[in-house]
Amino acid sequence: MSSFRQNPSVGAVRRTFAPWADPSATPLIRVEQVTKRFGDAVAVDHLSVDIHDREFFCLLGPSGCGKTTLMRMIAGFEQPTAGRITLAGRDLAGVPPYRRPVNMMFQSYALFPHMSVEKNIAFGLRQDGLPKDEIAARVSEMLRLVQLESLARRRPDQLSGGQKQRVALARALAKRPKVLLLDEPLGALDKKLREETQFELMDIQHELGMTFIVVTHDQEEAMTMADRIAVMDHGRIVQVATPGEIYEQPKTRFIAEFVGDVNIIEGKVMGQEGGLWRVATASAEAPFTIDDPDEVLEKGQGVAIAIRPEKMTIRRGAPEPGTMNALTGEVWDIGYLGDWTVYRVKLASGEIMRISRANASRFVENPIDWDEQVTITFAPDAAVILAE
Amino acid sequence: MAGPSFLKRLGPGLVPFVPYLWLAVFFLLPFLIVFKISLSDPAVAQPPYRPVFEWSDIAAFFSGLDLENFATLIDDSLYLDATLSSLRIAAISTALLLLVGFPIAYAMARAPQKHRPLLVALVIMPFWTSFLIRIYAWVAILKPEGLLNQALMGLGLIGDPLNILNTETAVYIGIVYAYLPFMVLPLYASLEKQDHSLIEAALDLGSPPWRAFWTITVPLAMPGIVAGSLLCFIPAVGEFVIPDLLGGSETLMIGKQLWSEFFSNRDWPLASSVAILLLLILVVPIVIYRDVESRQLEGRR
Repeated sequence: MSSFRQNPSVGAVRRTFAPWADPSATPLIRVEQVTKRFGDAVAVDHLSVDIHDREFFCLLGPSGCGKTTLMRMIAGFEQPTAGRITLAGRDLAGVPPYRRPVNMMFQSYALFPHMSVEKNIAFGLRQDGLPKDEIAARVSEMLRLVQLESLARRRPDQLSGGQKQRVALARALAKRPKVLLLDEPLGALDKKLREETQFELMDIQHELGMTFIVVTHDQEEAMTMADRIAVMDHGRIVQVATPGEIYEQPKTRFIAEFVGDVNIIEGKVMGQEGGLWRVATASAEAPFTIDDPDEVLEKGQGVAIAIRPEKMTIRRGAPEPGTMNALTGEVWDIGYLGDWTVYRVKLASGEIMRISRANASRFVENPIDWDEQVTITFAPDAAVILAE
Repeated sequence: MAGPSFLKRLGPGLVPFVPYLWLAVFFLLPFLIVFKISLSDPAVAQPPYRPVFEWSDIAAFFSGLDLENFATLIDDSLYLDATLSSLRIAAISTALLLLVGFPIAYAMARAPQKHRPLLVALVIMPFWTSFLIRIYAWVAILKPEGLLNQALMGLGLIGDPLNILNTETAVYIGIVYAYLPFMVLPLYASLEKQDHSLIEAALDLGSPPWRAFWTITVPLAMPGIVAGSLLCFIPAVGEFVIPDLLGGSETLMIGKQLWSEFFSNRDWPLASSVAILLLLILVVPIVIYRDVESRQLEGRR
């Protein structure tokens, strides 16, 4: 048996825009070995990352992982304790926020409450001393972009949450910065509006040809919008990759568990056969066959196998003899979500596996029920081996 | 049964009238009495004015009232001068208070959260000592052989003692000192609730710190600035103790004038008319304040 993979594209989306893969490309922003300490606490720890022109870059991580601190250092509100940040080749050390070609959209929006919507948007332009008619033209262009023409004279406290978000975006975009920083831009919106706004942000970014750096703790938001995601934990970047790579080829268990749902089975490497790894676990009698050729493993090494719920299949009854990668158990819970049905299956070992199945048709003959004995299987290339 | 349930129903309806009742008994009634005295004539008697109200002769009572005292206030330039001087001293004091109070309030609002209650307590601390004693303490500090002059001469900064006590300068020092909490607290309240990210947003949009201060911090602190200024200006106009103890004979203030009419000249009717005049003058800034406040509410809607 050899690798099932014929086509190396990871995830459902093929990307033509990939300057990070081009070794000759010069990044717009270089973060080099940056550390930030607050007293004894290390918020950002020897962090390096390159962000390219026109990239939609997401910093994703749990709260307290240092993503906001990194963004605030790029904006100039915090100074790195060590390391340096350059923008278009220029060292930003000592450059105050008001002299950086970077604008930020604040999580709280930070709209000036004593100014109308148009005055808010014009604020940055007036600081630059642009002529009046040019400011007016740019403001109305921005209002059109975020579809708020009719609300130009309102004050921020007369706006809804979604409208405030648009004003904040328009204000940050008005100066046409090289880089726009967005701190949890959609955090305060409800789910429907959030989804719409995600696509709008992508359109605006594409239309204006700007570099966007978004801080978020919402993996769905990051997955939808980003060209690349940097997953952060404890002040470090654990992985920088496209959404597809982050989801399908997570580097560590933390990433696999933080981004999306995952089943983790712990085991020991038995060896390699025909390019496929054999891993023994306590969850199944037969060892698993895993197609993850990039991993370099030793025999006897403890590993974790990560399998996404949608990449497992569930079937009634016991496995047929010779079935590869089979687990047996009892249906513990069924959750019907409309588009998906989620099964929670309890294995003999006591572990709970999560399997999801797309509801492709409206009617199901004889569906799997609670407490039934079921077999779960997965393809060798559905799983990822994570070194412990 | 009918009685209590009737009261129960009526009770909540009466609650709004409690403050009105309070104002009627303790403000409106005394005001009417003072107003009545201001229309009377002084007399060597007990009480020292005529006519005294009597049910038996209401007609004679009303015919005894006149506007003579108000005419005196207009004729004698002393009262106009005292009023203008009071307004001037109060206005300058308020400006000085704002100048001193704003940095203090700003620093308090920017201090770490856990230190703020202590700082507020320190601002209020002087109230624990009698106002009169604190002003007397300034006499000891400012007098020619007082602490300030001793210190300055000891340091060799001046050769001859500064003559501060019994001048208008001393009055300014006293007012700024005594009224500072009334300026700092409203300013602090409005500065403390300001979202610091607004300043960061202004910086981010290209505004240097000093410009962010004038375009964001100060306009948003306006309610506190207006409240603090009125809280200082209004009582400063009628101030009596500070000009009496620290000011000189040339320091003219309407509150001092009122006191001397009452107690030195024992001319209650004239003193009452001065009090009425003072009240009318002070209604103006209060009306302005209400107007500003209601316009702000309007803007928010």
